[in-house]
Amino acid sequence: MSTTPLRLKELSKKEDLLTGGHRMCAGCGAPIAIRQVLLAAEMPVVVANATGCLEVSTTIYPYSAWKVPWIHTAFENAAATLSGVEAMYRALKKKGKIKERIKFIAFGGDGGTYDIGFQSLSGAMERGHDIVYICYDNGAYMNTGIQRSSATPLGANTTTSPAGKVIPGKLQPRKNLTKIMAAHGIPYVAQTTPAHWRDLMTKVRKALEVDGPAFINVLSSCNRGWRTPTDRAIEDCKLAVETCFWPLYEYENGKLTINQKPKEKKPVVEFLKTQGRFKHLFSPENEHLLKKAQELVDKEWEDLLREERMWKAEEGE
Amino acid sequence: MGKVLAVTGNQAIAEAMRQINPDVCAAYPITPSTEVMQRFAAFVADGKVDTELVTVESEHSAMSACIGASAAGGRVMTATSSQGLALMWEMLHIASGMRMPIVMTLVNRALSAPINIHGDHSDGMGARDCGWVQLWSENGQEAYDNLIQAIRIAEHEDVRLPAMVNMDGFIISHSIESMEFLPDDVVKDFIGEYKPKNPLLDIENPVTMGPLVLPDYFMEFKRQQHEAMLHVKDVVLEVAKEFEKVSGRSYGLFEAYRLDDAELAIVVLNSAAGTCKDVIDEYRDRGIKVGLLKPRLFRPFPYEEVAEALSGVKVIGVLDRAESFGGFGPMYMEIASAMMTNGSKPIMINKIYGLGGRDFMPEHAAMVIDELKEIAETGKVKLYKDYLGVRE
Repeated sequence: MSTTPLRLKELSKKEDLLTGGHRMCAGCGAPIAIRQVLLAAEMPVVVANATGCLEVSTTIYPYSAWKVPWIHTAFENAAATLSGVEAMYRALKKKGKIKERIKFIAFGGDGGTYDIGFQSLSGAMERGHDIVYICYDNGAYMNTGIQRSSATPLGANTTTSPAGKVIPGKLQPRKNLTKIMAAHGIPYVAQTTPAHWRDLMTKVRKALEVDGPAFINVLSSCNRGWRTPTDRAIEDCKLAVETCFWPLYEYENGKLTINQKPKEKKPVVEFLKTQGRFKHLFSPENEHLLKKAQELVDKEWEDLLREERMWKAEEGE
Repeated sequence: MGKVLAVTGNQAIAEAMRQINPDVCAAYPITPSTEVMQRFAAFVADGKVDTELVTVESEHSAMSACIGASAAGGRVMTATSSQGLALMWEMLHIASGMRMPIVMTLVNRALSAPINIHGDHSDGMGARDCGWVQLWSENGQEAYDNLIQAIRIAEHEDVRLPAMVNMDGFIISHSIESMEFLPDDVVKDFIGEYKPKNPLLDIENPVTMGPLVLPDYFMEFKRQQHEAMLHVKDVVLEVAKEFEKVSGRSYGLFEAYRLDDAELAIVVLNSAAGTCKDVIDEYRDRGIKVGLLKPRLFRPFPYEEVAEALSGVKVIGVLDRAESFGGFGPMYMEIASAMMTNGSKPIMINKIYGLGGRDFMPEHAAMVIDELKEIAETGKVKLYKDYLGVRE
C-alpha cells in the first residue's frame, strides 16, 4: 500500500473523517489536531472518545461529525473502553470473522487523561493493547467551564484556581504526563502540537505502526480558557514550542529524540503574555511566579537535552 | 443427561462460562467472586476457551472494557461482587443505556462500611435501577442454569439488555453441592451464535455510539429501554421452556412453594429460601397453611403474576437481605407494589435478616411463621419493619 506523502497538496485530496458542521468553538485547537490525526491514518481506524468538548460538540444526536466508527461511554475510561473494543477485534480476528487490519485511537482532553482517566490509561498501556491514546491538552477542564486540572500550568487563572487577592492562580506546576507515559516502557510516546502538522502526522503514523500501545500528548489551545483571540490557536502553539514550554520530542522504544530545538530559546513570558489566563502574573507582586515558570521550563528542557546527549553518547561508543 | 458433580457455586459459574465460551471477558478480582475468574483464567491459559481475557486494573475499567467489547460486536461476560459492583455503578447504567447484552454473575456480598466480605444482597439491590435484567438463584444449580439462560435473554432481539445472575456469596459460592451439568454441545446449541447489531467494527458502515442526547430526544431513548424491559418476562418464560427441554429442569418468573391454599406466606430470595422450605414443611405437617414465594426475575419485576400467586394469602412476611435505610427493604417495596395491582390487601411485615453473612437458621424462619400466625389470629402488627437474628 502506498502511503500518502505528508504534503498539503496530496493530503488535501483525502477525505476529512471529522466533517465540518461540528460545534467546537471557532479558534479551538482540538478539531485541527483531530483532523490531522485522522488524515495521517492510512488504514481503517475506530475511535473512542472520553467525555469532553470534543465528544459533546461532535455528536449532538441525531447528528455526528464522525465518518469513522466512534464510541463514547464515560469520562474516565476512554482507554478501558477502547481496550475492550481492541480485545473483541483480536477475538473476532482469531475466529476469522474479521479480515482487515484495523487500528484503534482514543481521544481525551487533559482532564480525562491526566486526572480522572489516568488509572484506566495506565492500565491499558500496561496490558499492551494495540491502541494509540491521544490527549489534547488545553490545560484545564474547558468543557465544564475552565476548572484547573493537573495539566494546568503554574500560575494560570482558572475558575477553580482563580487569581484572587491572596492566591495568585494555580500554585502547583503541571504534571509531566508525557514523561510518565514514557516510564510505562511502551513502544512509542511523543508530544507535539497542531501548529507542527508534519511533526504531528509523522508521530501519528509512527504510533499507528508500532505493535502495542502508543501515547501522544498534543498541546491544544483553547481561546475560551486561555483568554486569547480566536486567531491565536496556531501562533500560541508555536510560541509554546519556541519557548520550550512544550518541547517536541518522542520516545521510540524508550529512546529519546528531541524533534525540534529552537535556534534561540525565547523566554517563557513570550508564551504567557499573549494569554489572559496569565495576565495577573505580570503584576509586580507576582514576579516570583514568572521567575518560577521560567525555572520550570529551563529544568525540563535541560533534562531533555541531557537525556538526549546520553543516548547520543551511547550510540557513539 | 449431563454429568453430576460436586462443585462450589463459583466452580459451577466458571464451568458455565467455559461452555458458553464468550468472545471477551474483562474482570477484576474481588471476594467472593474471585474464584470464578481465577478458574476461567485457567481455562483460557489451557486453551479450553477462545476468549480474550482482559485483566483490567479496576471494576470500573472491567465494565468499561465489557461495554467496548460488546459494542465491537461479540459475546461478553464478567463477574464481580459488592464493592466491585459499586465501583461499576456508573458503567452499569451505560451498559444498559447503550443496550449491550453483557452477562455478569454477581456473587452477592455486603457493602462497606464496615467492611465485610460475606453474603448479603445490598450489592444487587443497590443496582436494581441500573437497567439490567436481574435473575436470582437459590443454589449453584440455579445459578448455573440461570447463567446459561441469561445469555439467551440478554441477546434476544426484543430485549438486547445486559443481565446479571445473582447468587449468595460464600453460602453458595464457596459451598459444595451436587449439581448436574449439561453436555458442552447442548449448551453451545442452546445459546447459539452471537448475532451482532450495528457493530463498531463494521468499518464499511461506521456508527457513532454513545452520542450526546439533549432534551429533544432523551426521553425517547429511555422509553425504548422501558419497552425492552417490558419484553423480558415473555422472553424469560420462552427461554425457560426451551431450557426445560434440554435440561429437564423447569423455571418460571418465581417459584411458588406450597402456596396454592396458603394463608400465610414468606417471600424470600436465594439461599434462605431453601431453609424456609424445610421449615414450611414442618408447619404444613402440623396443619398450618403456610407457603413461600421465591422471586427469580427481580428486574423487571413480575408484579401482576406475583400478586396473583399471593392473592389468597392473609399475612405475608417479606424477608430482605438488604437494607433501604429509612425505608422498607427493597423486596418488601416490590411486594407491596405488586399487591396494589390486584386490590387484595394482605397484612405485610418486613424482616431484615442475614446482613453481612449472618446465618439464617431454621428457627428464624419459624419465628417469622409464628409471628405471621399470630397476626392472622389477632389482626395486630407489632412492627412492620424489624430485624431478625440481631442483638438489640
